[in-house]
Amino acid sequence: MPTTGTDHIVTAYSDELTFLAQSIAEMGGLVEVAIENGTKSLLRLDRELADLTIIADQRIDDMQRRIDDMAVSMIARRQPMASDLRAIITSIHVASDLERVGDMAKQLARRSLKLEGMNLQPTFYNGVKNMTALVLRQVKEALDAYSNRDAEAAIEVCNRDDEVDAMHTSLFRELLTYMMEDPRNITPCTHLLFCAKNLERIGDHATNIAERAYYLQTGKQLTSEVQELQRTQIKT
Amino acid sequence: MDVLAGKVKMTPQTMNTAMNPIDALERPIRLTARDVTVHYGAKQALHGISIDIPDRAVTAFIGPSGCGKSTFLRCFNRMNDTIEGARVGGRIELDGEDIYDPSLDVVELRARIGMVFQKPNPFPKSIYENVAYGPKIHGLARSKTDLDEIVVSSLRKAGLFEEVKDRLHEPGTGLSGGQQQRLCIARAIAVGPEVILMDEPCSALDPIATAIIEELIDELRENYTIVIVTHSMQQAARVSQKTAFFHLGNLVEEGVTEDIFTNPVNKQTQDYIMGRIG
Repeated sequence: MPTTGTDHIVTAYSDELTFLAQSIAEMGGLVEVAIENGTKSLLRLDRELADLTIIADQRIDDMQRRIDDMAVSMIARRQPMASDLRAIITSIHVASDLERVGDMAKQLARRSLKLEGMNLQPTFYNGVKNMTALVLRQVKEALDAYSNRDAEAAIEVCNRDDEVDAMHTSLFRELLTYMMEDPRNITPCTHLLFCAKNLERIGDHATNIAERAYYLQTGKQLTSEVQELQRTQIKT
Repeated sequence: MDVLAGKVKMTPQTMNTAMNPIDALERPIRLTARDVTVHYGAKQALHGISIDIPDRAVTAFIGPSGCGKSTFLRCFNRMNDTIEGARVGGRIELDGEDIYDPSLDVVELRARIGMVFQKPNPFPKSIYENVAYGPKIHGLARSKTDLDEIVVSSLRKAGLFEEVKDRLHEPGTGLSGGQQQRLCIARAIAVGPEVILMDEPCSALDPIATAIIEELIDELRENYTIVIVTHSMQQAARVSQKTAFFHLGNLVEEGVTEDIFTNPVNKQTQDYIMGRIG
């Protein structure tokens, strides 16, 4: 975890901060796997993987509680200041975002159980597959921006959320077309629409995490003005 | 939590009493220091400090031991004059008036700029006499009734009156540490100062007495300009609206307290307030 380059006089405090950052990274890893498995179980209608994903969510929930406890304890005992304070506060936020993402991955897996035995054509899946890849990349890069305290990378993640939204809209249209073609597609395609919505929400949480990363590094909130400024700087 | 319990109604007005820290910096400037240097003999303790102290707000000086924060504080009421071999350079103004002007009456200056020290130091006299002494020598009371009034109102403002009203003629030294410190604050207030300097006023006190003093500082800032030197960063964060960080006789960073403790610009400040090895 990059810090100001100097260690705390109290080494146990440094150790705690490192452990907190590691816990976020670990939780992030679990959530990434959950999204991958959630979608995989959906696309392959893999009941076993779906069950695994649903059970794995308990661990993600546990980690969030642990991170919260750690953060509260550190605030009480260490009276953190400046970037240490921001690291602790943002870790609470990020853990909460990750927990929500975990829930959504679980919902993807649950939906796969409902889709079992339905008439699913492989073409239905393409959009969901692409959207999953994009959303996974967003989560991964938001978490990287957070752990590397990289404000620029954080802004890029936020800017890319438009792509996720656009993909969601086009997927909505595509699935609607399949439903209009054949009413028997309505049930599976509606399920897939909910999945697309879940993925879109995961994208929003990735943006939240990126915003926390920006705040952690700069001490300033990432507002739309900052994003706009960055966009114009890239263009010119 | 009185607000949550519905005991205190949160109106825009009650919310305004908690001063917006940014507002503090937009207040008129009471004290101005420009390029202030202090030498103790051959040793230079302060290297050209320039800072503005806003009116009716709390400004905190923080920094490691020996950084010059107390030395600087003492420049504001010329306490360094009493230290042999100390030379003060640069310019300090109170309301635009040079406080190092040779024609200025230092005793009068110290009445306008009062000071509270680290260790409570009441005179070995009664509580009443401790507070009455200043107004007496400055001729602020025309009659005994006048003096009584000043003593009572100063003790009230210092939040001590209720605790000592039945024993005003008992020795001040018989009070607890926190009460003694509030007595010293009452003594400083009694002569009607504009500025109160506080040099680690809570470092000899327990947390409860400290909290009472901090609450008092918060009340006093409505009428007085307060400059406080403190070793406790948490205290600076709690009581002040403006904070200045000193290191090795230099003013490293100053700004809105909130900014200094959440997002300091300077690396030295960051390391110090986060307790890192710089």
